[in-house]
Amino acid sequence: MQKKYLKWLLLILLFIVVTSIIIIHSLTSGDLKVSLADLPRLLFGQGEGVEFTIIKSIRLPRIILGLAVGGALSLSGVILQGVYRNPLVEPYTLGISGGASIGVALTIVFGLPQLIGTYMLPLAGFIGALVTLFLVYILSIRSGKIKIQTMLLVGVMVSFIASSIMMLLLSTTTSENIHSIIFWIMGSLDEPDTKLISLAVITSLLSLFLSYFFVQPLNALRLGEEKARYLGINTDVSIKILFVITSLLTGVCVSMAGVIGFVGLIIPHLIRLITGSDFRILLISSFIAGGGFLVLCDTLARTIIAPNELPIGVLTGMVGGSIFIVVLNRINKKSLID
Amino acid sequence: MSVFFDIQQFSCGYYRKFYIKNINFNVAKGSLTGIIGPNGSGKTTLFKGITSELKPKEGKILLHGKDISLMNFRERARNFAIVTQNIEEADIRVEDYVMMGRIPYHSKFQFFETKNDIEIAEKYLNLIDIVHLRHKLMNELSGGEQQLVSIARALTQEPEILLLDEPTSHLDISHQIQLMNLIQRLNAQLGLTVLMIIHDLNLAGEYCDYLVLLKQGEIYKKGTPEEVLTYQFIEDVYGTVVITKTNPLSGKPVVFSVSERTLKQVQDNRK
Repeated sequence: MQKKYLKWLLLILLFIVVTSIIIIHSLTSGDLKVSLADLPRLLFGQGEGVEFTIIKSIRLPRIILGLAVGGALSLSGVILQGVYRNPLVEPYTLGISGGASIGVALTIVFGLPQLIGTYMLPLAGFIGALVTLFLVYILSIRSGKIKIQTMLLVGVMVSFIASSIMMLLLSTTTSENIHSIIFWIMGSLDEPDTKLISLAVITSLLSLFLSYFFVQPLNALRLGEEKARYLGINTDVSIKILFVITSLLTGVCVSMAGVIGFVGLIIPHLIRLITGSDFRILLISSFIAGGGFLVLCDTLARTIIAPNELPIGVLTGMVGGSIFIVVLNRINKKSLID
Repeated sequence: MSVFFDIQQFSCGYYRKFYIKNINFNVAKGSLTGIIGPNGSGKTTLFKGITSELKPKEGKILLHGKDISLMNFRERARNFAIVTQNIEEADIRVEDYVMMGRIPYHSKFQFFETKNDIEIAEKYLNLIDIVHLRHKLMNELSGGEQQLVSIARALTQEPEILLLDEPTSHLDISHQIQLMNLIQRLNAQLGLTVLMIIHDLNLAGEYCDYLVLLKQGEIYKKGTPEEVLTYQFIEDVYGTVVITKTNPLSGKPVVFSVSERTLKQVQDNRK
């Protein structure tokens, strides 16, 4: 048993090391190449000049946001997979990101951001996500049991409805709004507002912390809701609180970085293969690896076709969608969907 | 003095659908009780009532005189360990699965298992004799092995009562007997009170101290196997012709089914 904890510690260290390498790579690559030797001076030293500005004010904030958003998406994915006992659910496939994006788009169209200032968009995203999640949950319950096919279908439909509503909003609003919505839908970690970046960091770290109060319910839920109750878990309350946490994570991510699909699907899936299904190690590992993965994708997105930039959602969508299909095939073979 | 486990005037069921009513029986501490009855007689509904998955409509269930519907989930899980019959799909290692039986004893934010938890889990891994499976994943095991692991997990909960839902249903005859012998041994050695749903009347008659026979959501007959497993009662409840005899070794009742053709031949011979 002690060996298990040691193994977990080593795994966490491994994920931290890999993520650190990704961060350093991201800091040094781009239009302006920075050598490894120069990095500490630019990062920690004081000085003026283009190099300092690029590293400290452009690349570093972007990396921090990437870590927070990637971690948050991955964490909400792994939590949702635990609650639903299905490896294919994540904020994107359940339509939660779509719901959050409607919330955000509505606030842009109606010019609400001016009302309470900077934090209006994340708030709107959170509300949109929460409403969608409970809607999907309620619609996919049949006589007390969650039907997995129904749930995925409802999620897909909610995504469609969300994108239709987006079209509707786009076609009826001013061209100025269209520009800001489209720019934001495509998904980008380019966020100039440091207040929002700190909000994302705080939200994701806080959620990670909160989620650790629910490792027992999540671990027990691996056996299904009924068996979890037999182990003394109040499943209804736990699931509802976990829903609020995942909605918060998704809402804040979507409002800042747009819809970035599949991070919450690929990372937990790969991490589970390495760590096993115990949520005590799974939550923190998914969080770190999710952050690292998104920073890596973002680095690729801004360097592949430099000086232009790919929307980050395009990259995660292509990679993640393919993995989704592979996973779905494997599951169908085991016929988990029944 | 209050009865150990007492079900009083209990009724519960599904909304507008099937429900069980007027269930009255009690279970003595250290006994092995079987709930029998045909398909659709309410065995599973009663089971879900006892596990509090279904809310009581009337009546109550008392453990040591305390109403179990007033217990919280954690308290119930310390008193009742439940082994269901479904196959486990989760990819959890056997030793971790057994350790999950300690969850009801963990504080809300307890991250690591205590020494005591590990000792208890080890004890039951050894007692059930599944130490060799400890590093395997649950979904790699056979149905029989899964049942053993589930029972080890249930014992790790150190419950007052062990509830089993048709523990032998997926097993062949040798595994059925092995499992029932194990349950009997646990019952005798640990003084564990066992309450189980059991389909097979002969296993029920051979192993249980006390039987509760259900028919259409109500108790038809309760008592010792000798009192309950008579051919009149079985024919009336199951609607099929049987012959009952006594097992020459154990002295317990045995039920034989009779095929339609045999029945016809017998009737023809009589004419």
